[in-house]
Amino acid sequence: MSSDSAPGTGDPTPPTAQPVADDETGWTASVRRRVEKTLPITELLPTKQPAYIGSWVYLFGVVTIAALFWLVISGVVLAFFGSAWWHVSSVGLFFNSTHFWSVQMFFIFMVLHLWGQFWGAGWRDGRAKTWMVGVVIFSISVGTAFTGYVIQQNFDSQWIAINAKDAINSTGFGGLFNALNFGQMYGLHVMLMPIGVTLLVVLHIIQVRAKGVVRPIDDPMPVAP
Amino acid sequence: MKASQVDKKTYYRGIAMMPYDLLKEVTFATLGILAVVLVLSAVLSSPDVPSVTLQSWSKANPVDFLTTASGELSGSTIVAGYGPPYNSGSGSVQSWGPLSPQSWAGVHVPINPPNDFVLQPLTQATAGDAELASALSTYQSTSGDQQQKWLANYTTGLGSATVAADGTVTVPAGDYGPVSVLMDRMLTLARSGGLDALLLTSDHFYQTDFSRPLLFLDDGGYIADLATQQKLIGSDWGVMNETGRYPGSAWLWLYTMWYQIPPFNSDTGFLGISAANTDLAVVGVMLLLTALLFLVPFIPGLRDIPRWIPIHKLIWRRHYAEMRRQAAAGAQKSP
Repeated sequence: MSSDSAPGTGDPTPPTAQPVADDETGWTASVRRRVEKTLPITELLPTKQPAYIGSWVYLFGVVTIAALFWLVISGVVLAFFGSAWWHVSSVGLFFNSTHFWSVQMFFIFMVLHLWGQFWGAGWRDGRAKTWMVGVVIFSISVGTAFTGYVIQQNFDSQWIAINAKDAINSTGFGGLFNALNFGQMYGLHVMLMPIGVTLLVVLHIIQVRAKGVVRPIDDPMPVAP
Repeated sequence: MKASQVDKKTYYRGIAMMPYDLLKEVTFATLGILAVVLVLSAVLSSPDVPSVTLQSWSKANPVDFLTTASGELSGSTIVAGYGPPYNSGSGSVQSWGPLSPQSWAGVHVPINPPNDFVLQPLTQATAGDAELASALSTYQSTSGDQQQKWLANYTTGLGSATVAADGTVTVPAGDYGPVSVLMDRMLTLARSGGLDALLLTSDHFYQTDFSRPLLFLDDGGYIADLATQQKLIGSDWGVMNETGRYPGSAWLWLYTMWYQIPPFNSDTGFLGISAANTDLAVVGVMLLLTALLFLVPFIPGLRDIPRWIPIHKLIWRRHYAEMRRQAAAGAQKSP
């Protein structure tokens, strides 16, 4: 084990706990420097926030994430026991119900969050990318929900797949994205799309934490004297 | 300096800060949603109307099943003339002016209804059934014109068919050639559940692609009747509805709405948009609207709506009240 501290100097701080020095080079130092600058721990886990976030509107985002958490947990359980399990097991039906209602909660609060950010013009002061990532999350979530509906293996999934195929086919993507192909929809729903949504939500949170919550409309940052 | 370029200390100058416990908020939100989800799940459960099978269809409405099966054999169903991605037909191909992505994409999920839905399953079922093998041989060695005459006669006969208590369908005597045997076996196969399996078989053991049985079901009237009972058809905003009394995909309300209004549901149409290309038009409109939502921060007018309609006064009402209080206090202090 090595240490940058000279023996006998009495400095107990391990070198990795120190901020990266300005003269350090390399990919790792560069990434660390950027992370330390844009998202220090004080911003990632803040203990103080502007008083104006004391509004119900600011709860919609965190509640959406909470619903996504239970959505993923219940989805993992359903995936583990197989796609037919919940049709033949009362325990499975209960887990499917938690998945179903988590979806409803997720979308209700995501839409409320979206509208809250729209009416507060949350994209101001350099937060356009945060808004854009949010719109992408919403769009992919709609696609994820769709693939979930068509893999239920019940009447609803049959009817939705039959109807949706015409819209998808009209765009020319019917061969690439076949709603009637259970295997393809299952793979997309249980793996690719949830991973995509989750990663984008993480990015969205980082964007929010890095930039901070936008100031209220009509109360701009005072111009420096 | 721009507000987007300053550090947070500068950005929040003049703003009162308050203690904030992020992890506590996340924990309470997570537990709160869990409680709501558990209660809703325990009390309301979730929808699960059993799927339709070719077996349940052929038992519940054998005449509709036979009408569809004979239509598949004659190549007169919707899927038979659908077009890409299933075949080279044009019956369901949508376009807007010169734009026809459906045609451009070509056939990627090949479906040949006479062969895939009728002849191939029946051929696989000929073991030990000499009468069926003979009927198939006769049918396939006959000219297309003769085949269509038999099928037309059979379809007419189905209009006067009677259904016995055991589900047997009796068609009045007529010139049906081998078609009556083929359709009789199709019904028998379907009622036994064998057709459900035969439409899934392919050249490999594992199978998860339900394109063929679902397209066969779609050509019949039975599944649409069930959907109508559940208020799931398009004119009932069916895209966003759920079976039973459960909430459906409410987030699709805007997408579904376009199908309910002109020109999207009109026969005459406007600007080339009509019921004939409604899917393509609605998808196009939704893509455009999604792009606008994505680009709101950069579109003058659109990004100013929140200033014009002051809902933000409600969101930050306490902050604005504090601003007014401070302004009033400042005015009183001033000589």
